[in-house]
Amino acid sequence: MAEVTFLEALRQGLWEEMERDDRVFILGEDVGLYGGAFKVTEGFTKRFGESRVIDTPISEAAIVGAAAGAAHMGLRPVAEMQFIDFISCAYDMLTNYVATARYRAGLSTPMVVRGPCGGYVRGGPFHSQNPEAAFLHTPGLKIVYPATARDAKGLIKSSIRDEDPVLYLEHKWLYRRIKEQLPEGEEILTPIGQARIAREGKHLSIISYGATLWKSLEAAEQLEKADGVSVEVLDLRTLLPMDDAAIVATVRKTNKVLIVHEDTRTGGIAGEIAARINEQAFEWLDGPIMRVTAHDVPLPYAPTLEDFVLPQTEDIVKAARWLAAY
Amino acid sequence: MARVDVLMPQMGESIAEGTLSKWLKKVGDPVKRDEPLFEISTDKVDAEIPAPAAGVLAEIKVQEGQTVPVQTLVAVLETEKGAATPPAPSKPESPKAAAPPPPVPKTETPKAAPATAAAAPAARPSGRPADGDGGVQTAEERLRTKSTPLVRKIAAEHRVDISRIPGSGYAGRVTKQDILGYIERAPTAPTAPRSPLTAPSGVAHPSVEAWPGDRVEPWSKIRKITADHMVMSKRVSAHVASFFEVDFTRVAQLRGKAKGSYSERGVNLTFLAFIAKACAENLRKHPIVNAAVSGDSTIYRADVNIGIAVALDWGLIVPVIKHADELSLIGIARAINDLGERARTKKLLPDDIQRGTFTITNPGGFGPFAGIPIINQPQVAILGVGAIEKRPKVVSAPDGTESIAIRTMGMLTMSYDHRVVDGADADRFLADVKQLLQEFPEGAV
Repeated sequence: MAEVTFLEALRQGLWEEMERDDRVFILGEDVGLYGGAFKVTEGFTKRFGESRVIDTPISEAAIVGAAAGAAHMGLRPVAEMQFIDFISCAYDMLTNYVATARYRAGLSTPMVVRGPCGGYVRGGPFHSQNPEAAFLHTPGLKIVYPATARDAKGLIKSSIRDEDPVLYLEHKWLYRRIKEQLPEGEEILTPIGQARIAREGKHLSIISYGATLWKSLEAAEQLEKADGVSVEVLDLRTLLPMDDAAIVATVRKTNKVLIVHEDTRTGGIAGEIAARINEQAFEWLDGPIMRVTAHDVPLPYAPTLEDFVLPQTEDIVKAARWLAAY
Repeated sequence: MARVDVLMPQMGESIAEGTLSKWLKKVGDPVKRDEPLFEISTDKVDAEIPAPAAGVLAEIKVQEGQTVPVQTLVAVLETEKGAATPPAPSKPESPKAAAPPPPVPKTETPKAAPATAAAAPAARPSGRPADGDGGVQTAEERLRTKSTPLVRKIAAEHRVDISRIPGSGYAGRVTKQDILGYIERAPTAPTAPRSPLTAPSGVAHPSVEAWPGDRVEPWSKIRKITADHMVMSKRVSAHVASFFEVDFTRVAQLRGKAKGSYSERGVNLTFLAFIAKACAENLRKHPIVNAAVSGDSTIYRADVNIGIAVALDWGLIVPVIKHADELSLIGIARAINDLGERARTKKLLPDDIQRGTFTITNPGGFGPFAGIPIINQPQVAILGVGAIEKRPKVVSAPDGTESIAIRTMGMLTMSYDHRVVDGADADRFLADVKQLLQEFPEGAV
């Protein structure tokens, strides 16, 4: 066992897949010589060469388009968005082209688009976004969003091996904060489409993913100590396809649900989760389905304002306390 | 005097708490209903909160500047007896400032401060805000019945009246813990009768005086089960009966021919075997007869399992021929022999008397012309077989002339549950059974 950060686990996953399968290659802005803006691919060029670690021009549409073409031709590209905010430049390629290729032309497009997302790092509106909801609505894509180092590694490996395009969202606030003992020499593969119970509880369920998973766990700890409320925390891990069975199971167990995500509120994933619970477990609810999310504004630079806009542990505690007493 | 609680309202869907910024009245001040009582500020709005009732501000529980969770008790009003206007659902305490509609119903007279799930308060009196307005549902009572889907589901399953349960949730709402605790404490309360299907032993048989010289014999277990089950069945199902007279002449001939060879194979070929075979062949074609009733639903059984009532010296038992539709005539005859023999020698296994989907009772051997059986719950139909004997019968010759002939005749009677089986369903089934018996294919014997 060795203690590795979230970022190191992701790096190991990429490295192992490139060692295992020479069809796997990386392309993106500054991923080669510079080693990536966050150093995820540092040392990759030296080991795998410039033909498998390709520095590209600053054009997300071109990166995703080139990856799609390579995938059609039998390669396994991993495209990096330097910041996930700029994936919107490739929105057309991803939604109109990549997501529909199998349906339109019977073309397999086994590719991964990954990049750092999320706030809490004073990054402002262009370097803090969570774009999952925009792509959740696109049939043909898969979306994974790991919260732990183990899943960072397990999901990048599963994503690379998947036969369909996968959007891999990595929260930059977790990069170096999250550390975990991972076994060396053991293959870690996290199945796509399976949620994970991050904490067992009886009175209330929090459904979350990414950075807010850790804030939810903190809140659960506080509620247990201060109120004696036993909170279950479900880590979705994969957002599309969503693990309905795990969601319904936790609702049936605790009968109260709080959904927490860092993305803004209106049109956020919490709404979709709430609708599924409504359809599949209405009679098991003992309180309204509640949400804690960011406010519906672009993320401000000012630290005090960022703190206000993004969901904080205290917000989760308050909402959970209210729901527990309902 | 009556006391009315004033709560910190919820001013928006994501707002969990509010700050009481200013009291507009002092303790002892008279207030009119809907007169501004205090000001609050939250993340989203600042607002004046109106008084929920007319009266005197008796107690201030939350001071200016304090931030408290929504639904916290902030003050108590004292109202004159009868002075409190009954809570008006159309006028909640929302301020005039536009605020998003709260997801939680609010009340002017709630009883509960926020309670954690782990520290549910004990039962509360079902207090009314003002005496003397009997007949008017209080806000608290309204909220009690306005319960969550889960609590309603549990209440329906256990037939519990939610309004009788003291609630510990917001505004006295009955929570999951409340209703589960209530049911646990009162498992045999008359408000929670169990389903008659699951508790046939709950049937009450009135007592009758025994006269001198009478012998009083307490029921055996099998008699008790039968008695309870019959009463329950008559109460649960809407019994109707149809009668079909069947010409068994052909069956009698086939039986006479085959009896010897069946006997050599250790099987007694009876009329009942032919009847069971005819039912088995037709039940799948008429699935509503091979069904059960569950709540407000019909369960169409996937299997055809025919129960055969067996009269014993000590009572009645109904062993079941599983997958009867998959058995040949000799298979059915052998199963009837086997089950009957094991019933008489008390060698039936528990599985032998379970999972029946249709029942045949055959008292014909004792000589009745016909009988009207009681449905074997939870099935929806039971066939009774009358005496099979030679009777004069009008028959038509192929040339159209009619004459009276001696034919082997018998009555088939079917009781069925009119909740799900209509007369046409039952009669179509019986007509098919009758036709098969009268035209029984020789090759199937």
